[in-house]
Amino acid sequence: MTGFLIIAVLVLFAVAVWQMKGIFQLSQIKKGDDSQVANDKDNRFNGKLMLWFLVFFYVFLIYGFWEWTRVLLPEAASEHGKDIDLLMLISMVIIMFVLVITQFLLHYFAFKYHGKKDQKAVFFADNDKLEFIWTIIPVIVLAALIIYGLFTWTDIMNVTEDEDTLVVELYAKQFTWEARYSGEDNTLGEANVRFVEGINTIGIDASDPNSMDDVVTRELRLPVGRKVLFKMRSQDVLHSAYMPHFRAQMNTVPGMITQFAFTPTITTAEMRQNPEIIAKVENINQLRNDKNVELAARGEETLDPYEFDYLLLCNKICGASHYNMQMNIIVVSQEEFDTWMAEQTTFGETLNP
Amino acid sequence: MSTEAHNHTADHHDDHGHHHKDTFITKYIFSIDHKMISKQYLITGLFMGIIGIAMSILFRLQLAWPDKQFTVYEIFLGKWGADGIMDPNVYLALVTIHGTIMVFFVLTAGLSGTFSNLLIPLQIGARDMASGFLNMVSYWLFFLSSVIMIMSLFVEAGPAAAGWTIYPPLSALPQAMPGSGAGMTLWLVSMAIFIASSLLGSLNYIVTVINLRTKGMSMTRLPLTIWAFFVTAIIGVVSFPVLFSAALMLIMDRSFGTSFFLSDIYIAGEVLHNQGGSPVLFEHLFWFLGHPEVYIVLLPALGITSEIIATNSRKPIFGYRAMVASILAIAFLSTIVWGHHMFVSGMNPFLGSVFTFTTLLIAIPSAVKAFNYITTLWKGNLQLNPAMLFSIGLVSTFISGGLTGIILGDSALDINVHDTYFVVAHFHLVMGISALYGLFAGVYHWFPRMFGRMMNKNLGYIHFWVTVIGAYGIFFPMHFIGMAGLPRRYYTNTAFPYFDDLANINVVITIFAIITAAVQLVFLYNFIASIFYGKKAPQNPWKSNTLEWTAPVKHIHGNWPGAIPHVYRWSYDYSKLNKAGDDYVIAGQDYVPQNIPLQDNEEEMSH
Ligand code: HEM
Ligand SMILES: [Cu+2]
Ligand SMILES: [Cu+2]
Repeated sequence: MTGFLIIAVLVLFAVAVWQMKGIFQLSQIKKGDDSQVANDKDNRFNGKLMLWFLVFFYVFLIYGFWEWTRVLLPEAASEHGKDIDLLMLISMVIIMFVLVITQFLLHYFAFKYHGKKDQKAVFFADNDKLEFIWTIIPVIVLAALIIYGLFTWTDIMNVTEDEDTLVVELYAKQFTWEARYSGEDNTLGEANVRFVEGINTIGIDASDPNSMDDVVTRELRLPVGRKVLFKMRSQDVLHSAYMPHFRAQMNTVPGMITQFAFTPTITTAEMRQNPEIIAKVENINQLRNDKNVELAARGEETLDPYEFDYLLLCNKICGASHYNMQMNIIVVSQEEFDTWMAEQTTFGETLNP
Repeated sequence: MSTEAHNHTADHHDDHGHHHKDTFITKYIFSIDHKMISKQYLITGLFMGIIGIAMSILFRLQLAWPDKQFTVYEIFLGKWGADGIMDPNVYLALVTIHGTIMVFFVLTAGLSGTFSNLLIPLQIGARDMASGFLNMVSYWLFFLSSVIMIMSLFVEAGPAAAGWTIYPPLSALPQAMPGSGAGMTLWLVSMAIFIASSLLGSLNYIVTVINLRTKGMSMTRLPLTIWAFFVTAIIGVVSFPVLFSAALMLIMDRSFGTSFFLSDIYIAGEVLHNQGGSPVLFEHLFWFLGHPEVYIVLLPALGITSEIIATNSRKPIFGYRAMVASILAIAFLSTIVWGHHMFVSGMNPFLGSVFTFTTLLIAIPSAVKAFNYITTLWKGNLQLNPAMLFSIGLVSTFISGGLTGIILGDSALDINVHDTYFVVAHFHLVMGISALYGLFAGVYHWFPRMFGRMMNKNLGYIHFWVTVIGAYGIFFPMHFIGMAGLPRRYYTNTAFPYFDDLANINVVITIFAIITAAVQLVFLYNFIASIFYGKKAPQNPWKSNTLEWTAPVKHIHGNWPGAIPHVYRWSYDYSKLNKAGDDYVIAGQDYVPQNIPLQDNEEEMSH
């Protein structure tokens, strides 16, 4: 399908070049008017093209929504994510509505009123009523969006910690992520980059009793249905913890602890069964297989088949390998989480094996 | 300063008949004539634009075909493109310098510098800028900063690569990336000089507009171009110094061991001594300029289109007072919305709410402007010259790009699209492409005024139509890959199999980008060829009302050979009918230039 689009584009381009030739010839044959100011013929021609452009615009819009919505993120895997998605949908509908109408008016007027020799423009300089109307309509629509948006935002960002909240530290450095769980006491020990040394890769303060039961891991495992509060740190430059499937993002800032909280609602296993994800994974594996044929022909290493996982990506430019600063997120049931957690070595154990 | 400026021009008032004995140097190089300086800005800006766009093609190639080798990398990037493979650091450097060049050098200096210089004196009826000398200094500082920026490309460890936003600590620590060494030093020096240039220019524009308007040119009779340039200059004066201080503090952090933006850092195996600084502070300072910068880029383009749309519609601009009010509202609001770039920076979420509120407020004057443009077309007699087409194109991309701002400005929604390609799509349409269209529109429209010749219209049409399709072709698909969660500033997306299905879309984007960049050559050819071989321009080719068209085609020092024309009306009396309503005010002529006194048969408007 994309191949088709590319061909279509190339054909269009060829047509444009060919047209160019035509225009050159025209301008050479007709020596009559070389003022280089648009005449009636130019006005008619370009007016018509305005309509054709409008057609292109709508077709492209429809093509985009038809063909490319399948690559979008699947349903939100967090509680607050659903609110964001709904707000997004509402905003999108409004935007598309306004877009379609205003682009129509703009290009249609450009076509309809293209200059003609005997046409008179209307001297229309002001109309308070009209201007009032199109000031007040955006005001009302935007006010509604703002109010809705702000409620959603406050809900998301007002983190209230309770008994049940799982506190996890996300630690960023060029170009990896590490996670620290607070252990039995559900309290993270103190930490500072000044303690980074040897196996203590994230600078935990060993003199703080709270840190002994902390658990440092290279993957992020979360129990479903339980609120997670992320405390984020960075040891070198800005990074950003971006977890698109959970509609979550927060920068990590050296010298500062930032936070973000959400409640995962769909386990990784469940998400892999989501029809959208199944289709997406199938498509991706198809593409990878096609590529493997090529790679094999050249005697190069082939790509592994792909299986879906939630991702934590770095989303703030942080250096050469910014593009590959990632960590898998695995959402499991509480029991699975507890079993996994029991297998991990605590910070205390790593210090005194 | 303004009294001095007054005296200077007063001289000119008295002896306008004379001719300076210009040598080549004083005429073409160290010129103090605003018309020549404007051409210098334009040509320097276009030259930088060629570099900036060429860079975008290089990194687009990399994004579309990350596993292919391209010899062009080796040709242009040398050791960083060895064997046709692009180095990840140089990818970031290309993106960074592309952004810097396009925003500051092309669309701030190239656009506003060119047309403020050309039009402010000519449209308000002044012999020159308040201070021709400062104006010259301003241009040469800009030139110097361009040279330094280009020099930085040849630094051993590579040019600045921390993104055009140069957030520390990345930009402060050479250990963090090679580009943050000498490359970043040159970037900062270049920008500091650029800011000095911009401030000198802006102060000059402000003083000129306030003091040197000809008799009868009240503020409410100013063409919207001048309003836009004037307000732009004010925003520049308010916000650029803040960037200057941020750059200064960054220089100190880098070289003198201060800790404005650095704290608790462990890098390259050691802990740095810095304690107590905050990178978030830098973000605040940067965006306090950075957001107004968007309008510094955009307002002149909007001013230019207002003028061009009115002239070519043969109609007054609809809602002149509302247009001025929106310019002022946008200018004011633009200084209190910067936080929308920082919703997830770790700043207090309550602040996020405030910035959401102010940001969505700014949508209102923007919407008013868009509606007013559309209404100006309604029942017009549209002369579809290339300049007019680009102006219509600007309104189109301004709407498309502006609408997605409603999503980005909404803090809750920004969480998930922040720093993705959705943002790249948004700002390119609303600021990059719109302002670029404004630049093109301005060049096509005022080329006769600048060079005394006409540009070829058919080449202009080709340029326009391929560009509009191409620009949407590039940036429309980017919304989708952004909403799919693809971060920007990624050297390749192959590290995430999850993004494999976006590869095709990236190919589409790159093909459109190559076509679009290629068609700019048509413009370039037309521009250069027309300077030398274009058809000789008549005095007022577009039958326009503004004063610049009353000056002779051949440039003279002081602009008008005789007395400066006086002004008796606003600049939008197009297709105005006489009292009887049976003909135009001037029979058979659908426009009344500003220097024509009120006629007996016409009703005076409140303007
Ligand atoms: C042929 C036209 C252009 C193309 C194909 C293009 C393409 C791109 C792309 C793909 C990026 C994002 C790269 C990334 O984040 O990884 C980018 C960045 C950028 N572009 Fe363009 N662009 C074009 C013209 C312009 C114009 C006219 C402007 C003027 C405002 C502009 C300003 C920027 C800025 C400010 C950035 C951000 C740089 C950064 O991330 O530090 N671009 N461009
Ligand atoms: Cu990172
Ligand atoms: Cu902004």
